[in-house]
Amino acid sequence: MWSYISGVISLGLIYVIATVGLAVFTGFTGLFSLGHAAFFAIGAYTAAILTYFYGFNFYVALAMGGAAGGLVGFLIGYPTLKAKLRTDYFAIATLGFGEAIRVLLENLPITQGARGLPGIRNETSLPVLMVVAFIVIWFAWNLIHSRHGRACIAIREDFVAAEMMGVNIFIGRLRSLVFSAFCAGLAGGLFAHYFCFIQPSMFTSYMSTQMTAAVVAGGMGSISGPVIATLIFIGIPEALRVANIWRLVAYGLLLVLIMIFRPQGLMGYRELSLDLVKGWYRRVWKGGRA
Amino acid sequence: MFVQTLLTGLAIGGIYALMAVGYSLVFSILNFSNFAYGSIIMLGAYISYFSMVKLGLPIGVALALSILGAALLCYLNERLAYAPLRKRRASSLFFMISAMGTAIFLENLVYAIVGAHFYAFPEVFTKRNITFHGVSIGVLDVFAIAFSFAAIYALHYFLQKSRTGIAIRAASYDIQVCSLNGVNDKHLIGLVFCLAGGLAGISGTFLGMKYIVYPTMGWITNKAYIAAVIGGLGSLPGAVVGGILLGVTETFVSAYVSSVVRDVFSFSLLVLLLMVMPTGLFGRFLEEKV
Repeated sequence: MWSYISGVISLGLIYVIATVGLAVFTGFTGLFSLGHAAFFAIGAYTAAILTYFYGFNFYVALAMGGAAGGLVGFLIGYPTLKAKLRTDYFAIATLGFGEAIRVLLENLPITQGARGLPGIRNETSLPVLMVVAFIVIWFAWNLIHSRHGRACIAIREDFVAAEMMGVNIFIGRLRSLVFSAFCAGLAGGLFAHYFCFIQPSMFTSYMSTQMTAAVVAGGMGSISGPVIATLIFIGIPEALRVANIWRLVAYGLLLVLIMIFRPQGLMGYRELSLDLVKGWYRRVWKGGRA
Repeated sequence: MFVQTLLTGLAIGGIYALMAVGYSLVFSILNFSNFAYGSIIMLGAYISYFSMVKLGLPIGVALALSILGAALLCYLNERLAYAPLRKRRASSLFFMISAMGTAIFLENLVYAIVGAHFYAFPEVFTKRNITFHGVSIGVLDVFAIAFSFAAIYALHYFLQKSRTGIAIRAASYDIQVCSLNGVNDKHLIGLVFCLAGGLAGISGTFLGMKYIVYPTMGWITNKAYIAAVIGGLGSLPGAVVGGILLGVTETFVSAYVSSVVRDVFSFSLLVLLLMVMPTGLFGRFLEEKV
């Protein structure tokens, strides 16, 4: 029983790491990435190839996986963000990017194509995941409360005004994208060494969808919201043993319903804090205004 | 070989153009990416498949049913998922998320209900080939080219000559001023979605005949978005040019280089073009409103 619970928590934490990155990017710059699974895949393959074929130390490989994700994020972000694409154009460019990476993974010799890489060392344990997740969340928290984070919020709210005030839109967006690609790569490396097997078909739009859904449902512009949403998204279907496919149907419906009824999401530009919990407590138990 | 490839490219480019036009039409009025459009195309393919195979209807009736069904779905999509947002004057980001949600919902609903089976259309034209001066082309391809261009031309004629068409073109410049001048914008938007849905029915049917019918219809419907972006979102001539350009270049790449790099190529084409021309080939300069 414990191994089952720890399995669910581990999977949840892997997704939390990736989603926090996406929350920093999408929630704080307002740009959508529809190909985030590609960064995840790049991290997973880089880390797995390093430990599998070259016998690298797990932690070194993990860092290299994250770095590879970040580097690719930089390579894709530099031209597209430099061109100041509209949100829609950027989203479609990342969509194409995600597909292109998957095709490459299926055809490169080192990734062994669609067969995938079986028998990767099992290195990811729950403590490792907890430490990495803690560091990533702590870092993301500091990032968005820094000068950079405030600049990003300004860009999201009104990028013309932000530019007028001397905020460099390009640098702000690119830094967020690289950070989020790094997180996705890190999560990918952990994923590969948790399941001990990866193949290109694991990193489809399903994964990107789940991350985007968690960020939107958790509330854009929040870190704790998406973290809670991810844990709910992983935990509840696992507990109820819902078939994968109905899960996705529900995600789709949820996105539409959230947009209609509660566009700010679960937390909506706020963070989980003691004051917030106290406010809820008062509202529920005392019936008065918080 | 050259003429042969060109013709094959035109046949697939015609379908891409048709899809891109439907997608761009909605964009030109409401200024957001209707990512649900790909799933409407997919459902159009299912409608014509089932009416041909399960109900034994002839191809013409199946096509008509698919046009009607897809138009209805597209209309319902607008009423249920976008109209509430429009009332609230939500930003285009929220529309995009809602559209993504609809796409995920519809795609996976088909997975869950119909299953991931691959359905091949009964062979109506596929077997026969016309050979002319050593160049052979499938009857289906001829029919697809002719029908796509006829549909696009009919739409063009409608937009240019009819009163409603003029209203639609006016709305694509400024929907508020247009409704101030006595156009019922609710009906107009409904009509635009019906038109787009009709095009989705046609392109879905041809895609289904040319390839195979399955829930994600692969990467093909995403090509519509890429084609529209290449041409410039919101521009109908741009969508046609983008679709044909994408179809023809892709066919040449798969014929002369390799079919594996085809998708990587179309993605690189997209990014390169956006770097040089951030609004696509024919895009109006659309500043994002804050």
